[in-house]
Order: sequence, then structure tokens, then C-alpha cells
Amino acid sequence: MTDVDPTGPMVRTVGVHKSFGRLEVLRGIDMVVERGQVCVVLGPSGSGKSTFLRCLNHLEKIDAGEIWIDGRLVGYRRKGDKLYELHDKVIAEQRRDIGMVFQRFNLFPHMTALQNVMEAPLRVKGESKADVRERAGALLARVGLADKATSYPNQLSGGQQQRVAIARALAMRPKLMLFDEPTSALDPELVGEVLDAMKDLAREGMTMVVVTHEIGFAREVGDLLVFMDGGVVVESGNPREVIANPKHERTKSFLAKVL
Amino acid sequence: MSQPEPIRAVPVRHPWRWVAVGFLAVLTAMFVHMLVTNENFHWRFMFRHMFTPAVLRGLQGTILVTVLAMIFGIGLGVLVAIARLSPNPVLRGVSWAYTWFFRAVPRIVLLAVFGNLNILWPNLSLGVPFDTYIGKIFGVTDLHMRLFTVETRSLLTGFIAGTISLALSEAAYMAEIVRAGMQSVDPGQEEAATALGMSRGQALRRVVLPQAMRVIIPPTGNETIAMLKDTSLLIYVPVTTELFYQLSAIGSRFFLPFPMYVAACLWYLAIVSVLLVGQYYLERHFARGHRTEQARIRLSGIAGEQGGAV
Ligand SMILES: Nc1ncnc2c1ncn2[C@@H]1O[C@H](COP(=O)(O)OP(=O)(O)OP(=O)(O)O)[C@@H](O)[C@H]1O
Ligand SMILES: [Mg+2]
Repeated sequence: MTDVDPTGPMVRTVGVHKSFGRLEVLRGIDMVVERGQVCVVLGPSGSGKSTFLRCLNHLEKIDAGEIWIDGRLVGYRRKGDKLYELHDKVIAEQRRDIGMVFQRFNLFPHMTALQNVMEAPLRVKGESKADVRERAGALLARVGLADKATSYPNQLSGGQQQRVAIARALAMRPKLMLFDEPTSALDPELVGEVLDAMKDLAREGMTMVVVTHEIGFAREVGDLLVFMDGGVVVESGNPREVIANPKHERTKSFLAKVL
Repeated sequence: MSQPEPIRAVPVRHPWRWVAVGFLAVLTAMFVHMLVTNENFHWRFMFRHMFTPAVLRGLQGTILVTVLAMIFGIGLGVLVAIARLSPNPVLRGVSWAYTWFFRAVPRIVLLAVFGNLNILWPNLSLGVPFDTYIGKIFGVTDLHMRLFTVETRSLLTGFIAGTISLALSEAAYMAEIVRAGMQSVDPGQEEAATALGMSRGQALRRVVLPQAMRVIIPPTGNETIAMLKDTSLLIYVPVTTELFYQLSAIGSRFFLPFPMYVAACLWYLAIVSVLLVGQYYLERHFARGHRTEQARIRLSGIAGEQGGAV
């Protein structure tokens, strides 16, 4: 058996477990996200959504189970029936293909918007400066921030910062984008502009895993909704169906609160 | 919209400020009077001797040791700090031990020890350890497997010994300063860099350290000033091309030590003033992207143009 399966799903996780000391945060997460699909993850606070996303790009080491991204096992190599940890360098290479957008933006404050977007392609991939500059400019224009290229993050609104963060992740030409509550830190009137940028991305066929409480977004562009609680997937399926007819009691009460 | 009437109010008076100014003026006048009239200052003698070639060479030595010790101290300190925050337990342990040792030993003792290392090892050589003992096991007496050997005294001149010991000691303090700086940076920053595929080294170099600089530079300024003053301990190595030694030597020679101590004060004041200017510009450079007073003013200007508030 080889590690690569290019026709399979973009994300496949099997029985993912993760504990912090005694606290078991993930207790067997199975999930499949096909190429081009948008998967929306819902769940109450502390249910392990962020932890799960961080496991997907190996920011956290999992204790049991398997995570396959684009047909490759994340963080490990299998030989026979033995698993070998991958070297840090190889894990970093795997992460290049996975973009991540954070709740608190995490832009680099000492760099301008353009420099933020250019940094990783320049330093990590070693691409030529002229190419990267052109692409970064185009990405900023795409998220509607062509005129903010020379602004520092603290001169931008939250919504603008988050759009720069999306452009920064896209600059690495990822195959998969992870969003961890990208609009929760924003003032209500700024949520729309970030969601619009994400919807554009979804329509262009980007595979996305999005943790969010924006039910409207889930209904509009979601292909799959996963409801997590207590470290397990309680319910999953087509977002419109699950939102309209939740089967589980916990899903029902959660949706009642956020709708 | 009509222009509102400008405010014309009587400003608050601060009478006590004027009292304080008057008081300080009197004190200053008394002090200056004392400086001018007390003949034991021997001003003319002092000015004649505080710029002699020997003193200027001493000044050069002082500055050179300060600069070199700080450069190596900062470089090594950054490495020790990175090791201290590394996931590798061996590196963490080594860096802890380093900091423990060099913070515990007073600089003056360290200088004396490094100045006299040639007592411990008259010759330094690089080769296979325990070579003569291994030779004996195999029945060969006098087996020497050395690549090269040099006389310690010629390699470790007083100047180099002094610089190395000050640099090693400085690295321990700088490591703690750099560590505090790195820990002051939001962990989300390293995480974002890692998620973009950067290695730990890249994330530290490009993202964490530049932001840590804002916290690192002010105490580093203090360290540089302290280093400048600690070069006066170099006599314990002994190194004599150093400012304070040269000045006090003149004082002893002419039996007028006090004026030369005053000269030392003036010299150190002058050099530190130059250092402070450098620190000001460094701090300004690394405040980039942070809401400094200047940025706020610029921002409110922009917001004003766009008709909004900051
Ligand atoms: N590094 C860590 N060390 C210890 N406990 C952690 C760590 N990270 C997360 N946890 C714990 O794991 C649990 C799940 O956290 P997680 O952040 O994944 O939840 P979440 O579903 O994203 O919640 P929220 O909606 O509030 O963001 C929480 O109880 C949290 O305290
Ligand atoms: Mg979370």
C-alpha cells in the first residue's frame, strides 16, 4: 500500500483521538471531504473544533487514528504495518499545501499587507520576487484591498485584516483551506465582506473546512455540515437538510441557540 | 456649517512649578560656584591630561571591547535563548546550565579566571582525547595524536581573554532578555508562520524575533551601558589599554587622582550620550507596525481626510 491516492477525497480522517493531559478533546473523529467541497463544522464552545482543525495540518499531534490530506498521511509515513514520524522538514512541506485562517487574523504586524502576502512564497518556496509581487498584488485586488498594499495591519479594520490573511494563505496556492471562526472577532458590519471573500473562493472550487457559527454561510455554500459535541461527530450531512431537520437532540438545541 | 467659536479659557496656573524652578536654580548656582572656586578640581590640569595619546588609546580599547563583547554577547545570547525555548530537551538543559553558570560568577572573577587560564593549560592542542592513556593500554608509551598545539599565552592575549569573558557573561544576560522578548510575542504569530510552511528557524528569524526586538532593545541599551562601564574591570585580566586605567594612572603619577576621576566621569557621560542617540533610532525602527504616537497622529490625519474617526 502506498501513501498517495490522487483520485480519493481531499480530506479523510479515521478515528482521530487527541488528549491534552487527562482531558480527551477529540474522541474518534471520522470525516470525508471530497475535492472542491465546502465542509462547515459547527459545535458548542470547547467541543474540539479548533483542535481538530489544528490536527489537520499537524499543528497538534494526534494520539490515535489517521488523517489523510490529498491522499497523503499527515505527519507520518507507513512502512509495512509500522508508522514512522516524519521529519519536521517534511511536515512543513505538507503544510504548504494547506492554508489556514485564524480567528484573530495573526497577520505579521511588522510587515505591510503586501509583505504579509509575499512572505511565505518568497521564504518557503523561494519563488522569484517579481512573480510573487505580481501574484500578491492580484490576490489583494481579488479580496478588494488593492489600495491597502502598503498599509500595516494596525492601519486596517478587522475585516480588511482578515481578507489580507485569506490572501496570505492563498499565496501559497493551497489545495485545502482551513478557517477557524474567521468572522467571530469581527464587528457585525464587517462580517459580510469576509464571508463574501470566502464564498468567492468556494465558488471557484477551493476545498474548504470552515469552523463557523454563520448558519447562512453553511446553507449557501456548504456541501457538508458536521456537528461536533464533546469530541465526537454527533451528526453530519447536507447543510440545508441538517439545519432544517436536525435529527439529534443536541444538534436541535444548538441550532436553536445560533439561529 | 458655521465655524464654532474658539475656546478662550484662562489656563490652570501651576505656582508650585515656579517655586521648584527657583529652588533648583539656587542649588545649581551653588554647585557651579563650588566647581569654579574649589581649587582641588584642578580644571586646567584635568583638561590637559584627559586627551593624551595614552588616554585616547585607552578610550579606543574601551570602545572596542564594549562593541565586540556586545556583538558576540548578543549573538550567543540569541542562540542560548532559542535553545532555551526549543522543543529539544538537551538544548534546553545546556542553555539553562549556561545561563546559570555565567550569571552566578561575578564578572570581575570571570576576568581574573580567563586572564590566567595559561596557568591551567600552558598549551592548547586539538587532537584525540586521552591519547597517551589509550597508547599505554596498547603498550605504546608516549602516543600523541594531536593535530596542532599552540601556547595559550600567545592565543589568549589579555585583550582577547577579557573580551571573551565579558562576551560570555553578557550572553547569559542577553539570553534572558531575548527569551523574555520572544515570549512577549503572541504565540499565534509563530503558529501562523508554521501553518504557512515555515521551519522553526524561519518563523523565529522572520516573524518572532523582529517583533521581539521592541521588547529586547531597551534593556539591551542598558546592557551596553553596563558593559561600557564594566570594561573598567579589565585591569583584573590584566588589560591596561582601557580608559579608566589610563586616567587613574595619570592621576597617580601626578598625585592628583581626583581631577582624573572627574575626567573619567565626563568621558563616560559623553560616550553614553552617544549610545543613547543610537538607541533612540533603533527603537524607532523596530516600532514599525505598532501604534506609536507618530502612527496615531498620521492615522488621525488619514481618518480626518476620509471623514471618519480612529
Ligand atoms: N493546548 C491545549 N492545552 C490544554 N487544553 C487545551 C489546549 N487546546 C485546547 N484545549 C482544551 O480542549 C478543549 C477544546 O478546545 P477547542 O479550542 O478545540 O474548542 P472549540 O470547539 O474550538 O471551542 P471554541 O468554539 O470556544 O473555539 C477545551 O476544553 C480547551 O480548553
Ligand atoms: Mg475554537
